[in-house]
Amino acid sequence: MTDTASNTALVDIQSISFQYPSGKQALDDVSFQLQSGQFHALLGLNGAGKSTLFALISRLFRLQQGDILLNGQSLKVAPSKVLGSMGMVFQQSTLDLDLSVSENLHYHASLHGMSRSRRQERIDVELTRLDMNDARHKKVRALNGGHRRRVEIARALMHQPSLLLLDEATVGLDPATRQSINTHVRELCEERNVAVLWATHLIEEIHPRDKVALLHKSKLLAFDHAEAICQTAGQQSLVNAFSTLTGTEARS
Amino acid sequence: MNISAWWQAFFGILKRELLRFVHQRTRFISSLVRPFIWLAVFAAGFRAALGISIIEPYDTYITYQVYIAPGLVAMVLLFNAMQSSLSMVYDREMGSMRVLLMSPLPRWYLLLCKLTASALVSIPQAYAFLAIAWWFDVQPPAIGYLWLAPVLLVCGMVLGALGLFISSFIKQLENFAGVMNFVIFPMFFLSSALYPLWRMLESSDWLYWLCSVNPFTFCVELIRFSLYNQWNGEAATVVTGCLIGFIALAVWAFDPQRGASR
Repeated sequence: MTDTASNTALVDIQSISFQYPSGKQALDDVSFQLQSGQFHALLGLNGAGKSTLFALISRLFRLQQGDILLNGQSLKVAPSKVLGSMGMVFQQSTLDLDLSVSENLHYHASLHGMSRSRRQERIDVELTRLDMNDARHKKVRALNGGHRRRVEIARALMHQPSLLLLDEATVGLDPATRQSINTHVRELCEERNVAVLWATHLIEEIHPRDKVALLHKSKLLAFDHAEAICQTAGQQSLVNAFSTLTGTEARS
Repeated sequence: MNISAWWQAFFGILKRELLRFVHQRTRFISSLVRPFIWLAVFAAGFRAALGISIIEPYDTYITYQVYIAPGLVAMVLLFNAMQSSLSMVYDREMGSMRVLLMSPLPRWYLLLCKLTASALVSIPQAYAFLAIAWWFDVQPPAIGYLWLAPVLLVCGMVLGALGLFISSFIKQLENFAGVMNFVIFPMFFLSSALYPLWRMLESSDWLYWLCSVNPFTFCVELIRFSLYNQWNGEAATVVTGCLIGFIALAVWAFDPQRGASR
Protein backbone atom coordinates (compact mmCIF):
# COMPACT_ATOMS: atom_id res chain seq x y z
CA MET A 1 0.00 0.00 0.00
CA THR A 2 1.72 3.11 -1.18
CA ASP A 3 -0.79 5.71 -0.14
CA THR A 4 -0.38 7.20 3.29
CA ALA A 5 -2.96 8.45 5.74
CA SER A 6 -3.90 12.03 5.30
CA ASN A 7 -5.13 14.56 7.82
CA THR A 8 -7.59 15.83 5.24
CA ALA A 9 -9.20 12.44 4.66
CA LEU A 10 -12.99 12.59 4.77
CA VAL A 11 -13.24 8.94 5.73
CA ASP A 12 -10.66 7.06 7.71
CA ILE A 13 -11.13 3.31 7.80
CA GLN A 14 -8.92 2.08 10.62
CA SER A 15 -7.82 -1.54 10.96
CA ILE A 16 -11.19 -3.13 10.30
CA SER A 17 -11.51 -6.85 10.92
CA PHE A 18 -14.73 -8.82 10.82
CA GLN A 19 -15.56 -12.45 11.35
CA TYR A 20 -18.97 -14.02 10.73
CA PRO A 21 -20.49 -16.26 13.42
CA SER A 22 -19.74 -19.20 11.12
CA GLY A 23 -16.04 -18.43 11.66
CA LYS A 24 -15.44 -17.09 8.17
CA GLN A 25 -13.01 -14.17 8.26
CA ALA A 26 -14.56 -11.57 5.95
CA LEU A 27 -12.14 -8.70 6.58
CA ASP A 28 -8.68 -8.76 8.07
CA ASP A 29 -7.04 -5.54 9.25
CA VAL A 30 -8.28 -3.32 6.42
CA SER A 31 -7.28 0.36 6.51
CA PHE A 32 -7.55 3.12 3.93
CA GLN A 33 -8.76 6.72 3.55
CA LEU A 34 -11.22 8.42 1.26
CA GLN A 35 -10.92 12.02 0.06
CA SER A 36 -13.72 14.47 -0.74
CA GLY A 37 -14.42 14.90 -4.44
CA GLN A 38 -12.51 11.73 -5.30
CA PHE A 39 -13.82 8.62 -7.01
CA HIS A 40 -12.56 5.53 -5.17
CA ALA A 41 -13.05 2.02 -6.46
CA LEU A 42 -13.27 -0.96 -4.15
CA LEU A 43 -12.13 -3.77 -6.40
CA GLY A 44 -12.38 -7.43 -5.59
CA LEU A 45 -13.84 -10.70 -6.74
CA ASN A 46 -17.17 -11.89 -5.41
CA GLY A 47 -16.65 -12.90 -1.79
CA ALA A 48 -13.62 -10.67 -1.31
CA GLY A 49 -15.33 -8.80 1.53
CA LYS A 50 -16.66 -5.74 -0.32
CA SER A 51 -20.27 -6.07 0.81
CA THR A 52 -19.18 -6.83 4.37
CA LEU A 53 -17.09 -3.67 4.41
CA PHE A 54 -20.10 -1.70 3.16
CA ALA A 55 -22.33 -3.28 5.78
CA LEU A 56 -19.85 -2.19 8.44
CA ILE A 57 -19.50 1.35 7.11
CA SER A 58 -23.28 1.70 6.92
CA ARG A 59 -23.65 0.11 10.38
CA LEU A 60 -25.83 -2.72 9.17
CA PHE A 61 -23.20 -4.81 10.96
CA ARG A 62 -21.55 -3.67 14.14
CA LEU A 63 -17.81 -3.15 14.15
CA GLN A 64 -15.86 -5.90 15.87
CA GLN A 65 -12.36 -4.46 15.52
CA GLY A 66 -11.10 -1.11 14.32
CA ASP A 67 -13.09 2.04 13.71
CA ILE A 68 -14.41 4.20 10.88
CA LEU A 69 -14.18 7.97 11.09
CA LEU A 70 -16.17 10.31 8.88
CA ASN A 71 -15.30 13.98 9.20
CA GLY A 72 -13.44 13.00 12.35
CA GLN A 73 -16.57 11.46 13.92
CA SER A 74 -16.30 7.86 15.04
CA LEU A 75 -18.95 5.41 13.84
CA LYS A 76 -18.69 3.73 17.24
CA VAL A 77 -19.13 6.92 19.24
CA ALA A 78 -21.44 9.01 17.06
CA PRO A 79 -23.25 6.66 14.68
CA SER A 80 -26.09 9.11 14.03
CA LYS A 81 -23.77 11.84 12.79
CA VAL A 82 -21.85 9.40 10.60
CA LEU A 83 -24.96 7.80 9.11
CA GLY A 84 -26.45 11.23 8.48
CA SER A 85 -23.45 12.10 6.34
CA MET A 86 -23.52 9.09 4.06
CA GLY A 87 -25.73 7.86 1.28
CA MET A 88 -25.75 4.33 -0.01
CA VAL A 89 -26.82 2.45 -3.11
CA PHE A 90 -27.07 -1.23 -2.37
CA GLN A 91 -26.19 -4.09 -4.65
CA GLN A 92 -29.79 -5.27 -4.54
CA SER A 93 -32.48 -2.75 -5.38
CA THR A 94 -34.04 -1.42 -2.18
CA LEU A 95 -36.79 0.72 -3.69
CA ASP A 96 -40.38 -0.05 -2.79
CA LEU A 97 -41.75 -1.25 -6.12
CA ASP A 98 -45.36 -0.43 -5.28
CA LEU A 99 -44.65 3.17 -4.37
CA SER A 100 -44.00 5.95 -6.86
CA VAL A 101 -40.59 7.50 -7.43
CA SER A 102 -41.63 10.54 -5.44
CA GLU A 103 -43.05 8.47 -2.57
CA ASN A 104 -39.82 6.48 -2.34
CA LEU A 105 -37.76 9.67 -2.19
CA HIS A 106 -40.08 11.23 0.40
CA TYR A 107 -39.84 8.12 2.56
CA HIS A 108 -36.06 8.09 2.54
CA ALA A 109 -35.81 11.83 3.21
CA SER A 110 -38.23 11.60 6.12
CA LEU A 111 -36.03 8.92 7.68
CA HIS A 112 -33.31 11.53 7.66
CA GLY A 113 -35.62 13.98 9.43
CA MET A 114 -36.09 16.36 6.50
CA SER A 115 -39.13 18.64 6.58
CA ARG A 116 -41.77 18.32 3.87
CA SER A 117 -40.81 21.56 2.12
CA ARG A 118 -37.14 20.64 2.19
CA ARG A 119 -37.92 17.17 0.86
CA GLN A 120 -39.95 18.60 -1.98
CA GLU A 121 -37.18 21.01 -2.85
CA ARG A 122 -34.55 18.27 -2.88
CA ILE A 123 -36.75 15.89 -4.91
CA ASP A 124 -37.22 18.61 -7.53
CA VAL A 125 -33.46 19.18 -7.73
CA GLU A 126 -32.54 15.51 -7.97
CA LEU A 127 -35.24 14.52 -10.45
CA THR A 128 -34.51 17.52 -12.63
CA ARG A 129 -30.88 16.57 -12.62
CA LEU A 130 -31.78 13.05 -13.74
CA ASP A 131 -34.25 14.41 -16.27
CA MET A 132 -36.88 12.23 -14.60
CA ASN A 133 -39.46 14.82 -13.61
CA ASP A 134 -42.05 13.12 -15.78
CA ALA A 135 -41.54 9.87 -13.92
CA ARG A 136 -42.02 11.21 -10.40
CA HIS A 137 -45.53 9.77 -10.08
CA LYS A 138 -44.73 6.52 -11.84
CA LYS A 139 -44.53 3.40 -9.74
CA VAL A 140 -40.99 2.11 -9.47
CA ARG A 141 -42.22 -1.21 -10.81
CA ALA A 142 -42.84 0.52 -14.15
CA LEU A 143 -39.24 1.74 -14.48
CA ASN A 144 -36.44 -0.08 -16.25
CA GLY A 145 -33.31 -1.21 -14.40
CA GLY A 146 -31.24 1.80 -15.38
CA HIS A 147 -33.85 4.29 -14.23
CA ARG A 148 -34.34 2.43 -10.97
CA ARG A 149 -30.63 2.70 -10.31
CA ARG A 150 -30.72 6.40 -11.03
CA VAL A 151 -33.59 6.84 -8.62
CA GLU A 152 -31.59 4.98 -6.00
CA ILE A 153 -28.64 7.28 -6.54
CA ALA A 154 -30.95 10.30 -6.29
CA ARG A 155 -32.38 8.84 -3.09
CA ALA A 156 -28.92 8.36 -1.61
CA LEU A 157 -28.20 12.03 -2.33
CA MET A 158 -31.45 13.41 -0.91
CA HIS A 159 -29.91 14.40 2.41
CA GLN A 160 -26.77 15.76 0.70
CA PRO A 161 -24.23 13.34 2.14
CA SER A 162 -20.50 13.90 1.94
CA LEU A 163 -19.88 10.20 1.28
CA LEU A 164 -21.65 8.11 -1.34
CA LEU A 165 -21.29 4.33 -1.20
CA LEU A 166 -22.26 2.23 -4.19
CA ASP A 167 -22.15 -1.53 -3.78
CA GLU A 168 -21.88 -3.07 -7.25
CA ALA A 169 -24.52 -0.62 -8.38
CA THR A 170 -24.31 -1.63 -12.04
CA VAL A 171 -24.85 -5.35 -11.58
CA GLY A 172 -27.43 -6.70 -14.00
CA LEU A 173 -27.43 -3.64 -16.25
CA ASP A 174 -26.48 -3.53 -19.91
CA PRO A 175 -23.06 -2.06 -20.82
CA ALA A 176 -24.46 1.26 -22.06
CA THR A 177 -26.46 1.83 -18.88
CA ARG A 178 -23.49 0.79 -16.76
CA GLN A 179 -21.34 3.35 -18.53
CA SER A 180 -23.99 6.02 -18.18
CA ILE A 181 -24.38 5.47 -14.42
CA ASN A 182 -20.64 5.38 -13.92
CA THR A 183 -20.32 8.72 -15.72
CA HIS A 184 -23.21 10.17 -13.73
CA VAL A 185 -21.57 9.29 -10.42
CA ARG A 186 -18.22 10.75 -11.54
CA GLU A 187 -19.98 14.01 -12.37
CA LEU A 188 -21.57 14.05 -8.92
CA CYS A 189 -18.16 13.53 -7.44
CA GLU A 190 -16.73 16.59 -9.18
CA GLU A 191 -19.72 18.89 -8.96
CA ARG A 192 -20.67 18.27 -5.35
CA ASN A 193 -17.31 17.35 -3.88
CA VAL A 194 -18.76 14.05 -2.71
CA ALA A 195 -16.39 11.22 -1.85
CA VAL A 196 -17.46 8.09 -3.71
CA LEU A 197 -16.64 4.51 -2.83
CA TRP A 198 -17.67 2.34 -5.77
CA ALA A 199 -17.47 -1.40 -5.15
CA THR A 200 -17.06 -3.45 -8.27
CA HIS A 201 -15.52 -6.56 -9.73
CA LEU A 202 -15.56 -5.04 -13.23
CA ILE A 203 -12.21 -3.45 -14.02
CA GLU A 204 -13.57 -1.58 -17.04
CA GLU A 205 -15.46 0.66 -14.62
CA ILE A 206 -12.19 1.98 -13.19
CA HIS A 207 -10.21 4.88 -14.68
CA PRO A 208 -6.41 5.25 -14.42
CA ARG A 209 -6.65 8.24 -12.04
CA ASP A 210 -9.15 6.58 -9.72
CA LYS A 211 -8.01 5.57 -6.28
CA VAL A 212 -8.37 1.80 -6.03
CA ALA A 213 -8.66 -0.31 -2.90
CA LEU A 214 -7.87 -3.83 -4.00
CA LEU A 215 -9.52 -6.34 -1.69
CA HIS A 216 -8.78 -10.03 -1.95
CA LYS A 217 -9.69 -12.84 0.41
CA SER A 218 -10.50 -10.41 3.22
CA LYS A 219 -7.21 -8.48 2.95
CA LEU A 220 -6.41 -5.13 1.38
CA LEU A 221 -3.67 -5.87 -1.12
CA ALA A 222 -3.23 -2.35 -2.48
CA PHE A 223 -4.61 1.16 -2.13
CA ASP A 224 -3.41 3.67 -4.70
CA HIS A 225 -4.23 5.25 -8.03
CA ALA A 226 -4.99 2.58 -10.62
CA GLU A 227 -1.97 3.55 -12.73
CA ALA A 228 0.30 3.37 -9.69
CA ILE A 229 -0.96 -0.11 -8.87
CA CYS A 230 -0.13 -1.15 -12.44
CA GLN A 231 3.40 0.21 -12.02
CA THR A 232 3.86 -1.56 -8.71
CA ALA A 233 2.73 -4.83 -10.26
CA GLY A 234 4.89 -4.21 -13.34
CA GLN A 235 1.90 -4.48 -15.67
CA GLN A 236 0.43 -2.30 -18.39
CA SER A 237 -3.19 -2.82 -17.52
CA LEU A 238 -5.16 -3.04 -14.30
CA VAL A 239 -6.54 -6.40 -15.43
CA ASN A 240 -3.04 -7.86 -15.52
CA ALA A 241 -2.02 -6.05 -12.35
CA PHE A 242 -5.06 -7.54 -10.58
CA SER A 243 -4.11 -11.01 -11.82
CA THR A 244 -0.51 -10.57 -10.71
CA LEU A 245 -1.42 -9.31 -7.27
CA THR A 246 -4.20 -11.77 -6.54
CA GLY A 247 -3.17 -14.76 -8.60
CA THR A 248 -6.66 -14.83 -10.13
CA GLU A 249 -8.41 -13.29 -13.10
CA ALA A 250 -10.63 -10.23 -12.85
CA ARG A 251 -13.62 -9.60 -15.09
CA SER A 252 -13.42 -6.73 -17.51
CA MET B 1 -31.29 15.52 15.45
CA ASN B 2 -34.08 17.72 16.78
CA ILE B 3 -37.61 16.70 17.78
CA SER B 4 -38.96 17.75 14.40
CA ALA B 5 -36.65 15.25 12.67
CA TRP B 6 -38.01 12.46 14.88
CA TRP B 7 -41.57 13.43 13.97
CA GLN B 8 -40.72 13.56 10.29
CA ALA B 9 -39.35 10.04 10.48
CA PHE B 10 -42.45 8.79 12.29
CA PHE B 11 -44.81 10.37 9.76
CA GLY B 12 -42.68 9.04 6.90
CA ILE B 13 -42.96 5.50 8.24
CA LEU B 14 -46.68 5.93 8.96
CA LYS B 15 -47.32 7.27 5.47
CA ARG B 16 -45.49 4.35 3.92
CA GLU B 17 -47.58 1.89 5.95
CA LEU B 18 -50.76 3.66 4.88
CA LEU B 19 -49.73 3.76 1.23
CA ARG B 20 -48.87 0.10 1.24
CA PHE B 21 -52.19 -0.69 2.89
CA VAL B 22 -54.12 1.42 0.38
CA HIS B 23 -52.30 -0.25 -2.49
CA GLN B 24 -53.23 -3.67 -1.13
CA ARG B 25 -57.01 -3.43 -1.31
CA THR B 26 -57.45 -7.17 -0.99
CA ARG B 27 -55.68 -6.99 2.37
CA PHE B 28 -58.37 -4.65 3.68
CA ILE B 29 -61.16 -6.77 2.29
CA SER B 30 -59.72 -10.00 3.66
CA SER B 31 -59.17 -8.38 7.05
CA LEU B 32 -62.94 -7.81 7.19
CA VAL B 33 -64.12 -10.98 5.50
CA ARG B 34 -62.27 -13.25 7.92
CA PRO B 35 -63.94 -12.05 11.15
CA PHE B 36 -67.21 -11.50 9.30
CA ILE B 37 -67.36 -15.20 8.44
CA TRP B 38 -66.68 -16.10 12.05
CA LEU B 39 -69.41 -13.75 13.18
CA ALA B 40 -72.02 -14.53 10.54
CA VAL B 41 -71.45 -18.24 10.10
CA PHE B 42 -69.55 -19.71 13.02
CA ALA B 43 -71.32 -17.72 15.70
CA ALA B 44 -74.71 -18.32 14.14
CA GLY B 45 -74.08 -22.04 14.04
CA PHE B 46 -72.80 -22.28 17.60
CA ARG B 47 -75.03 -19.81 19.38
CA ALA B 48 -77.40 -22.53 20.45
CA ALA B 49 -74.65 -24.87 21.59
CA LEU B 50 -72.59 -22.31 23.45
CA GLY B 51 -74.80 -20.48 25.88
CA ILE B 52 -73.11 -17.65 27.74
CA SER B 53 -74.05 -16.95 31.31
CA ILE B 54 -73.78 -13.50 32.79
CA ILE B 55 -70.09 -12.66 33.04
CA GLU B 56 -68.15 -9.43 33.31
CA PRO B 57 -68.28 -6.94 31.66
CA TYR B 58 -71.79 -7.81 30.49
CA ASP B 59 -74.69 -7.04 32.82
CA THR B 60 -77.13 -9.43 31.26
CA TYR B 61 -77.33 -12.56 29.15
CA ILE B 62 -75.76 -12.07 25.76
CA THR B 63 -75.82 -13.83 22.43
CA TYR B 64 -72.79 -15.70 21.23
CA GLN B 65 -72.22 -13.06 18.52
CA VAL B 66 -71.90 -10.41 21.19
CA TYR B 67 -69.48 -12.57 23.13
CA ILE B 68 -67.07 -13.31 20.28
CA ALA B 69 -67.10 -9.82 18.71
CA PRO B 70 -64.21 -8.50 20.90
CA GLY B 71 -62.23 -11.64 20.12
CA LEU B 72 -62.80 -11.06 16.43
CA VAL B 73 -61.65 -7.45 16.80
CA ALA B 74 -58.49 -8.83 18.38
CA MET B 75 -58.27 -11.26 15.47
CA VAL B 76 -58.20 -8.30 13.08
CA LEU B 77 -55.28 -6.89 15.06
CA LEU B 78 -53.51 -10.23 15.21
CA PHE B 79 -53.70 -10.85 11.48
CA ASN B 80 -52.68 -7.29 10.73
CA ALA B 81 -49.72 -7.56 13.09
CA MET B 82 -48.57 -10.76 11.46
CA GLN B 83 -49.13 -9.25 8.02
CA SER B 84 -46.93 -6.35 9.05
CA SER B 85 -44.28 -8.75 10.29
CA LEU B 86 -44.55 -10.56 6.99
CA SER B 87 -43.82 -7.26 5.27
CA MET B 88 -40.71 -6.96 7.45
CA VAL B 89 -39.52 -10.34 6.17
CA TYR B 90 -40.35 -9.18 2.64
CA ASP B 91 -38.50 -5.91 3.23
CA ARG B 92 -35.51 -7.79 4.51
CA GLU B 93 -35.52 -10.18 1.57
CA MET B 94 -35.94 -7.32 -0.87
CA GLY B 95 -33.36 -5.23 0.96
CA SER B 96 -35.59 -2.24 1.62
CA MET B 97 -35.24 -2.70 5.37
CA ARG B 98 -31.67 -1.49 5.01
CA VAL B 99 -33.02 1.91 4.03
CA LEU B 100 -34.90 2.03 7.31
CA LEU B 101 -31.97 0.81 9.40
CA MET B 102 -29.53 3.25 7.78
CA SER B 103 -31.46 6.20 9.13
CA PRO B 104 -29.41 8.26 11.58
CA LEU B 105 -32.18 7.84 14.14
CA PRO B 106 -31.80 5.13 16.78
CA ARG B 107 -32.86 1.68 15.72
CA TRP B 108 -35.21 1.21 18.71
CA TYR B 109 -37.03 4.37 17.69
CA LEU B 110 -37.41 3.24 14.08
CA LEU B 111 -38.83 -0.11 15.17
CA LEU B 112 -41.18 1.66 17.58
CA CYS B 113 -42.35 3.89 14.72
CA LYS B 114 -42.91 0.86 12.54
CA LEU B 115 -44.92 -0.85 15.28
CA THR B 116 -47.00 2.23 16.03
CA ALA B 117 -47.66 2.84 12.34
CA SER B 118 -48.84 -0.69 11.66
CA ALA B 119 -51.02 -0.64 14.81
CA LEU B 120 -52.57 2.65 13.69
CA VAL B 121 -53.31 1.17 10.27
CA SER B 122 -55.20 -1.70 11.88
CA ILE B 123 -57.47 0.57 13.96
CA PRO B 124 -59.77 1.61 11.07
CA GLN B 125 -60.03 -2.04 10.10
CA ALA B 126 -61.20 -2.93 13.59
CA TYR B 127 -63.80 -0.15 13.55
CA ALA B 128 -64.95 -1.20 10.08
CA PHE B 129 -65.54 -4.69 11.45
CA LEU B 130 -67.46 -3.29 14.43
CA ALA B 131 -69.62 -1.31 12.02
CA ILE B 132 -70.53 -4.56 10.28
CA ALA B 133 -71.03 -6.27 13.64
CA TRP B 134 -73.62 -3.61 14.58
CA TRP B 135 -75.99 -5.30 12.13
CA PHE B 136 -75.51 -8.53 14.03
CA ASP B 137 -76.75 -6.94 17.24
CA VAL B 138 -73.28 -6.27 18.59
CA GLN B 139 -74.17 -2.82 19.90
CA PRO B 140 -71.90 -1.69 22.73
CA PRO B 141 -72.38 1.76 24.31
CA ALA B 142 -71.14 4.69 22.26
CA ILE B 143 -68.52 5.61 24.86
CA GLY B 144 -67.08 2.11 24.46
CA TYR B 145 -66.03 2.88 20.91
CA LEU B 146 -64.08 5.83 22.24
CA TRP B 147 -62.28 3.87 24.97
CA LEU B 148 -61.51 1.21 22.44
CA ALA B 149 -59.20 3.38 20.32
CA PRO B 150 -56.20 3.55 22.69
CA VAL B 151 -56.68 -0.11 23.62
CA LEU B 152 -56.56 -1.09 19.96
CA LEU B 153 -53.35 0.89 19.55
CA VAL B 154 -51.66 -0.77 22.53
CA CYS B 155 -52.88 -4.28 21.70
CA GLY B 156 -51.88 -3.78 18.05
CA MET B 157 -48.40 -2.81 19.18
CA VAL B 158 -48.14 -5.81 21.53
CA LEU B 159 -49.04 -8.23 18.78
CA GLY B 160 -46.90 -6.33 16.25
CA ALA B 161 -43.86 -6.46 18.54
CA LEU B 162 -44.34 -10.18 18.98
CA GLY B 163 -44.58 -10.59 15.21
CA LEU B 164 -41.51 -8.43 14.73
CA PHE B 165 -39.56 -10.55 17.17
CA ILE B 166 -40.63 -13.74 15.44
CA SER B 167 -39.91 -12.32 11.99
CA SER B 168 -36.33 -11.53 12.96
CA PHE B 169 -35.65 -15.27 13.05
CA ILE B 170 -37.27 -16.01 9.71
CA LYS B 171 -34.89 -16.12 6.80
CA GLN B 172 -37.37 -16.52 3.96
CA LEU B 173 -40.95 -15.54 3.23
CA GLU B 174 -41.90 -19.17 2.64
CA ASN B 175 -40.96 -20.08 6.20
CA PHE B 176 -43.12 -17.33 7.60
CA ALA B 177 -46.32 -18.96 6.36
CA GLY B 178 -45.57 -21.97 8.58
CA VAL B 179 -44.83 -19.76 11.53
CA MET B 180 -48.14 -17.96 11.03
CA ASN B 181 -49.87 -21.30 11.51
CA PHE B 182 -47.86 -22.04 14.62
CA VAL B 183 -48.47 -18.59 16.09
CA ILE B 184 -51.81 -17.25 14.92
CA PHE B 185 -53.99 -20.31 15.35
CA PRO B 186 -52.68 -21.42 18.75
CA MET B 187 -52.85 -17.83 20.03
CA PHE B 188 -56.38 -17.41 18.79
CA PHE B 189 -57.83 -20.74 19.86
CA LEU B 190 -56.01 -20.84 23.20
CA SER B 191 -57.62 -17.63 24.34
CA SER B 192 -60.91 -16.26 25.54
CA ALA B 193 -61.79 -15.06 22.05
CA LEU B 194 -64.25 -17.85 21.25
CA TYR B 195 -65.23 -19.17 24.68
CA PRO B 196 -65.02 -17.95 28.26
CA LEU B 197 -62.12 -19.44 30.18
CA TRP B 198 -64.40 -21.10 32.72
CA ARG B 199 -65.66 -23.28 29.90
CA MET B 200 -62.10 -24.31 29.13
CA LEU B 201 -61.55 -25.08 32.80
CA GLU B 202 -64.47 -27.48 32.71
CA SER B 203 -62.78 -29.54 30.01
CA SER B 204 -59.05 -29.36 30.77
CA ASP B 205 -56.86 -27.86 33.49
CA TRP B 206 -53.76 -27.53 31.36
CA LEU B 207 -55.64 -26.01 28.41
CA TYR B 208 -57.12 -23.53 30.85
CA TRP B 209 -53.63 -22.75 32.12
CA LEU B 210 -52.34 -22.19 28.56
CA CYS B 211 -55.24 -19.85 27.86
CA SER B 212 -54.57 -18.01 31.12
CA VAL B 213 -50.97 -17.21 30.21
CA ASN B 214 -51.64 -16.38 26.58
CA PRO B 215 -51.04 -12.63 26.02
CA PHE B 216 -53.75 -12.69 23.38
CA THR B 217 -56.31 -13.58 26.07
CA PHE B 218 -55.46 -10.38 27.90
CA CYS B 219 -55.71 -8.36 24.68
CA VAL B 220 -59.16 -9.83 24.04
CA GLU B 221 -60.31 -9.09 27.59
CA LEU B 222 -58.94 -5.55 27.52
CA ILE B 223 -60.81 -4.95 24.27
CA ARG B 224 -63.97 -6.56 25.65
CA PHE B 225 -63.98 -4.49 28.84
CA SER B 226 -63.13 -1.18 27.16
CA LEU B 227 -65.78 -1.75 24.52
CA TYR B 228 -68.33 -2.05 27.32
CA ASN B 229 -66.98 0.96 29.15
CA GLN B 230 -65.27 -0.95 31.92
CA TRP B 231 -61.72 -1.17 33.17
CA ASN B 232 -59.83 -4.44 33.51
CA GLY B 233 -56.74 -3.69 35.58
CA GLU B 234 -55.26 -7.17 35.34
CA ALA B 235 -55.50 -7.26 31.55
CA ALA B 236 -54.14 -3.71 31.28
CA THR B 237 -51.15 -4.60 33.46
CA VAL B 238 -50.32 -7.77 31.55
CA VAL B 239 -50.76 -6.08 28.16
CA THR B 240 -48.52 -3.19 29.21
CA GLY B 241 -45.90 -5.63 30.50
CA CYS B 242 -46.07 -7.61 27.27
CA LEU B 243 -45.72 -4.39 25.27
CA ILE B 244 -42.50 -3.47 27.04
CA GLY B 245 -41.16 -7.02 26.96
CA PHE B 246 -41.96 -7.74 23.32
CA ILE B 247 -40.59 -4.38 22.14
CA ALA B 248 -37.37 -5.06 24.06
CA LEU B 249 -37.15 -8.50 22.42
CA ALA B 250 -37.80 -7.04 18.96
CA VAL B 251 -35.12 -4.38 19.39
CA TRP B 252 -32.70 -7.00 20.64
CA ALA B 253 -33.54 -9.26 17.70
CA PHE B 254 -32.81 -6.50 15.20
CA ASP B 255 -29.42 -5.73 16.71
CA PRO B 256 -26.92 -5.51 13.84
CA GLN B 257 -24.50 -7.79 15.63
CA ARG B 258 -27.01 -10.59 15.27
CA GLY B 259 -27.15 -10.02 11.53
CA ALA B 260 -30.95 -10.00 11.47
CA SER B 261 -30.91 -6.80 9.51
CA ARG B 262 -28.97 -8.28 6.69
